[in-house]
Amino acid sequence: MDQQTVARVAALARLDLHDAQKKMLETQLTDIIGFVEQLSEINTDNITPLSSVVDSELPLRKDEVTDGQKKEDVLANNPEENEDFYVVTKIIE
Amino acid sequence: MAETLQGDTGEWEIVIGLEIHAQIIALSKLFSGASTEFGAQPNTQVSLVDAGMPGMLPVLNEVCVEQAVRTGLGLNAKINEHSIFDRKNYFYPDLPTGYQISQFSDPIVGEGIIEIDMEDGTTKEIRITRLHLEQDAGKSIHDMHPSKSYIDLNRSGCALMEIVSEPDIRGADEACAYISKIRMILRYLGTCDGNMDQGSMRADVNVSLRRKGVTELGTRTEIKNVNSLKAVQQAIAYESRRQLEVLEEGGEIKQETRLWDSDKMETRAMRSKEEAHDYRYFPDPDLLPLNLESAWVKEIKETLPELPDQKKKRFVKEFGLSLYDSSILITDRARADYFETVATGHDPKIAANWVINELLGALNKQDLDLTQTPVSAQQLAGLLALIQDNTISGKIAKDVFAEMMDTSKDASTIVEDKGLKQVTDTGTIEALVDEVIAENPDNLAAYKSGKDRLFGFFVGQVMKKSQGKANPAVVNEVLKEKL
Repeated sequence: MDQQTVARVAALARLDLHDAQKKMLETQLTDIIGFVEQLSEINTDNITPLSSVVDSELPLRKDEVTDGQKKEDVLANNPEENEDFYVVTKIIE
Repeated sequence: MAETLQGDTGEWEIVIGLEIHAQIIALSKLFSGASTEFGAQPNTQVSLVDAGMPGMLPVLNEVCVEQAVRTGLGLNAKINEHSIFDRKNYFYPDLPTGYQISQFSDPIVGEGIIEIDMEDGTTKEIRITRLHLEQDAGKSIHDMHPSKSYIDLNRSGCALMEIVSEPDIRGADEACAYISKIRMILRYLGTCDGNMDQGSMRADVNVSLRRKGVTELGTRTEIKNVNSLKAVQQAIAYESRRQLEVLEEGGEIKQETRLWDSDKMETRAMRSKEEAHDYRYFPDPDLLPLNLESAWVKEIKETLPELPDQKKKRFVKEFGLSLYDSSILITDRARADYFETVATGHDPKIAANWVINELLGALNKQDLDLTQTPVSAQQLAGLLALIQDNTISGKIAKDVFAEMMDTSKDASTIVEDKGLKQVTDTGTIEALVDEVIAENPDNLAAYKSGKDRLFGFFVGQVMKKSQGKANPAVVNEVLKEKL
């Protein structure tokens, strides 16, 4: 982990970090990665990758309309007052 | 036919791969119970799951899974009984969670293959790489305010199938043929309505060039926002020319995402995508892996309808139609069904002729589609029955058909009301022939002196006298005798 990687990850996460924070995160992330990397000491040849640790089946729902019609709730956090739409800074290309 | 571009330094081949996003036909969304109906008031068909509220959990819609499996089977593809949902991370205002639930490493459908139909009647195989399930994003509206964008989340969370092709497509015509074929298959299967103008089917086009004879692929660009077959044509034409210019000058193509601008008729690099694609996919911890029971897949397979290519081959084999007529008739399922109803009990070639030339022609002229036809398949079959049993001639039948298009009446009613029954009675026709001969002594003399061509004149006169109702075969026979 280096400063550059920290800066890139921060940019992808839309985090605006100043240099001291980057320095701190560099150390912390290096520690975390080091901790997780202990796992690579274990021999995993011939072991199928596990995509879930829960031993049960994915539940499915019936295709029925059971939700919606709650525009007020959905728009409650609208940054601007508008009864129909979320309003954001223009994002056109 | 492979399309090539001629540059100053040599010939270049256009290589295309397509990603088609097809909205799944289902009542509710992929992971929530909100409605998917098109055209509702903004933000009314949004659950708190679709709005990305903290703590909300996605629950998978079983019909969406079934539709994806059905589509995979229709694309002759491998169904993966084990698949995984991943998060694709990026920020955009129409994606409230900050990630799209998609499938990355383990899609529900693997490799498949379809046949596309070219203008010249040949076919070509295009390989499918995969099909995966994913959520749609919301819709951004940019023209309601000078400095703001408006977001409608009704589409957020609707189920999409992303169908990815191998780079087997060589030019704009093949690209359009591929999209048309995928659309036809999806419509037959009932898994997507295929309406590009409503955005329920959208395509991203990957384009690259390589020197003719080279097998290695060139660097590609991905073009987004291509929302009609015409736009596909134009975008490919523009982008391949642009790449040609860069390459001919010794430049390099930058791998990037470009946007098709249909007003300016150009592609341009998308600013927001310039930071390298880094979606940081990882398995969605809210969702367990999806395991399909093979018995269920088998059950779905047994309910697949006859698909366009099978139908086309059957029409040729069973009805003796030409490949061309057959291709026209199978374009959509309703049209094929209509034809089969008309063809039942009648000469299929005549039925095909009437459906293609008369019915489709007339509908086209009135700007109607088959669902709005004033003449039902049973009614057209009724008209053909009247021709077949000699009640009316083929010529009169066309007039009757025009009347049917206007009034939606049965052919027999029109024939009855207007007294259009064909005259086959030899006595009546003989009388008409005698009259015509008596009225045209000059022509008779000319005919007798060897002007054979005048035979047609006499036939015409008799037909005219009978107001088109005389049976032409009988008229011919009688005339031959009398002249």
